[in-house]
Amino acid sequence: MPKPSLKQTLKDLDTKKISIRELNQDYLKRIKEKENLNVFIHFSEENVLKQIDNLEKDNSAKKLKGIPIAIKDLFCTKNMPTTAASKILENFNPTYESFVTQKLLDEGSIFVGKTNLDEFAMGSATNTSFFGNTINPLSKDDEPLAPGGSSGGSAAAVAADLCLGATGTDTGGSIRQPASFCGVVGIKPTYGLCSRWGIAAFASSLDQAGIFSHNVEDASLLLQSIAGFDQRDSTSAKVDIPNYFENLDDDLNGKTVGIPKEYSIDGTPMEISQIWEDAIKVLEKKGVKIKNISLPHTKYALPTYYIIAPAEASSNLARYDGVKYGFRSDEIDSLDEMYENTRAQGFGREVKRRILIGTYVLSAGYYDAYYLKAQKVRKLIADDFNKAFKECDFIVTPTAPSAAFPLNEKQNDPIKMYLNDVFTVPASLAGLPGISIPFGEDKNNLPLGIQILGKHFDEQQVFNVAVSLERSYE
Amino acid sequence: MNNLIKGEKHDWEMVIGLEIHAQVKSNSKLFSSSSTKFGSSPNSQVSLVDAAMPGMLPVINKYCVEQAVKTGVGLNAKINNYSVFDRKNYFYADLPQGYQISQYKYPIVGEGKVTIDFKDGTSKDIRIVRLHLEQDAGKSLHDQNPSKTYVDLNRSGVALMEIVSEPDIRTPDEAGMYISKIRSILMYLDTCDGNMQEGSLRADVNISVRKPGDEYGTRCEIKNLNSIKFIKQAINYEAKRQIEILESGGSIEQNTMLFNTSTGKTRPMRNKEEAHDYRYFPDPDLLPLEISDEEIVKIKSSIPELPDELKNKFIETYKLSNYDASVLTAEKQTSDYFNETINSDEELKNHAKIVVNWITSELFSLLNKNNLDLNNSSVSPENLGQLIKLISTNEISGKIAKDVLEDMFSSGKTARQIVDEKGLQQVTDQGEIAKVIDEVIAENQKMVEQYLAGKDKLLGFFVGQAMKLTKGKANPKMLNDILMQKLNKKN
Repeated sequence: MPKPSLKQTLKDLDTKKISIRELNQDYLKRIKEKENLNVFIHFSEENVLKQIDNLEKDNSAKKLKGIPIAIKDLFCTKNMPTTAASKILENFNPTYESFVTQKLLDEGSIFVGKTNLDEFAMGSATNTSFFGNTINPLSKDDEPLAPGGSSGGSAAAVAADLCLGATGTDTGGSIRQPASFCGVVGIKPTYGLCSRWGIAAFASSLDQAGIFSHNVEDASLLLQSIAGFDQRDSTSAKVDIPNYFENLDDDLNGKTVGIPKEYSIDGTPMEISQIWEDAIKVLEKKGVKIKNISLPHTKYALPTYYIIAPAEASSNLARYDGVKYGFRSDEIDSLDEMYENTRAQGFGREVKRRILIGTYVLSAGYYDAYYLKAQKVRKLIADDFNKAFKECDFIVTPTAPSAAFPLNEKQNDPIKMYLNDVFTVPASLAGLPGISIPFGEDKNNLPLGIQILGKHFDEQQVFNVAVSLERSYE
Repeated sequence: MNNLIKGEKHDWEMVIGLEIHAQVKSNSKLFSSSSTKFGSSPNSQVSLVDAAMPGMLPVINKYCVEQAVKTGVGLNAKINNYSVFDRKNYFYADLPQGYQISQYKYPIVGEGKVTIDFKDGTSKDIRIVRLHLEQDAGKSLHDQNPSKTYVDLNRSGVALMEIVSEPDIRTPDEAGMYISKIRSILMYLDTCDGNMQEGSLRADVNISVRKPGDEYGTRCEIKNLNSIKFIKQAINYEAKRQIEILESGGSIEQNTMLFNTSTGKTRPMRNKEEAHDYRYFPDPDLLPLEISDEEIVKIKSSIPELPDELKNKFIETYKLSNYDASVLTAEKQTSDYFNETINSDEELKNHAKIVVNWITSELFSLLNKNNLDLNNSSVSPENLGQLIKLISTNEISGKIAKDVLEDMFSSGKTARQIVDEKGLQQVTDQGEIAKVIDEVIAENQKMVEQYLAGKDKLLGFFVGQAMKLTKGKANPKMLNDILMQKLNKKN
């Protein structure tokens, strides 16, 4: 069976080899078969059929017409509920469509459902969701594996071929790490490339929408569709969006790759070091110059991230108070009690943990020692990258320190869980674009990912390297 | 000036600073495009952003920024090229985001000052610490249902300017004059409608007392006062309360107080231990606000004449006193009215003081009596100018002019019309006046004798009699002169 491809499917639809209805019915069938993976928080066959009906009546040409897409349930959608995988938004039906999903609708894509995630995108295994774990489709029968997180549902949806592409959000690695765990392509673009309007916020200065797909070409097509300036998001960038797909070029001759020494950390499995070396060798063969670089503040990235992200989250999640929408506790005798019980019952453990951390680091007397210092370190980390990019065109590292781990393995050890983000967090803090592509396997034949980081708004370079490595690997 | 108040044991001095919250005059809110119209039905002016729906983001309203810059210029303050919006985090039912977007470390406007003018001709500068932009909260309605609180978010997100003064104020009157002056500046600039009843302008008052020369005492903050009268009442009550505590050997707790407008008393709302930790941090949804020098210059050039500039101009051009000029410029509508009146006839420019008096005493008292203000006065500046001209050219006397003004006020007729219709022109014919005086002298021979014998006071009597006979129309100066002449001849 050929690997699924959005690009090829568009051709098949165009030449009438397959109809929109046939294509999507095929996907509906598979979605129903794979219900046990718990990929979707919301799935309605009726809703999908209605979208097919509407598209069949629509004669206009659209770039993604009829393409089944899965949406992370952090994007607000008009025609499907939006929960952020939290009890506190259990019955929330937005009256508005997020910028990113509106763009996909405008291009004629079909939303097959809303995918599972860690509650409010806080997690690395899609195991903090109020709606249960998602199971990695690559799991062996005897041992269910985590799909990574927080966008684990979207990564799994692509991996199980329940859609031809999916949206995700990445705050510290939430697209790249699950892409690596599920053996798919996942790109987090530069902070500001895609509007955050309509995405339930986790950490505003880090949150960025991105794409999961079966291959790099498809990712370039989809990112093209969701990128662009939005005046409703003050942090949205006014930049021209190149035609990533048309401009894809796997000729890297004369380019320089930076290899950061700080990403060789003790305890990294052999296989991870091996695929990293393999990738470097492939690039060398393609005429790429290898440059050893240093990103000296890398070791501070995780603690910095776990101060800044919870700080912002503690404030961003204050609006879920039971007053206006969403869940409200029944046990309320006073305003304070309404807040306490609503939030105690409405949020899960991990969300509460991060709200507490965030509240703590912003408190009087602690602000300077934690939040302010973290902001300063964040600047140093960004400067590291700026310096490095004077000497190289892109940076290549592993995506995650391991392959997919068994479900629940790190459930009770938040620190271990947080370590999963060690390779992805620095670029998030610096706002840089990064992609993860499948590259090699571990001893259990589980996929491993290689991460390519580029300069701000140089997604084209990131795609070019990715497609080049992808083609060499195939 | 002695600003001290007497306690049982000592004299005490009040130390007062104000935080004024002025609603920015703007059609839309600080971070959303919802309307800011006052008095609309509850929750009819609420956007997705104002209601803090998931994924909604604030976008700065540039007009509000310009208004704040204008205000800063009006407060003689430093405009900061770089300022930052912070989140002030706390939970309340009418605060949908769970935080208020405000400015903490880096406000848009820095240090400035305003001048207040006293009746005795002296003046005093009150220093401004800063002005910053922030969102207003919504409104909790506790009186709609016996067991429920409703929330109206129409006001949620409306732009406020918080203007913070140094503790330079020493008396309740100064506090009143200070807020009046701020209000006047805002209204000249058109950056706030100044309507205190609707809450467009309200103040938190920080007050402590000390023995003269001592360090500042512990202060209390009285929240949310929306009239000058209440501000003065609250200060007086709170100062007295603090003095009583201190004189009986107690100490002041740093409390946040509420003022009860019906009892005239303050009571504690929360103490220092219960004070919120607002956990301010820069709002990651917004970029720092950067304003270039060019933009500031452009905004400055769009600013109309401010009360102090106008005041100085009036003093210089029309030789008015500092106090007269400050009364005239306290409200824009008054100075506008004065300008229009005095410019309605070249001749009036030589009689500026008379123009001031006719506006600030005669016309104002008529307006007050009828609960009106200059904006809905039935006497136009041109017509008042005409009336004053009739006085200055001796066509009518000042006394008759008062009746004419009342007539103008109620009938809407011009001064000329009324004077002509009623034949109120002054008698300036020497012969005619002399004839009347002769009559008066003839009829009051006894009095004349007494006068000649040294009872000078009787002069007024003769003037009165003569005026009576001319129905008040005789030119008073001529009447006086001729009367003296005639009486002296008899001597």
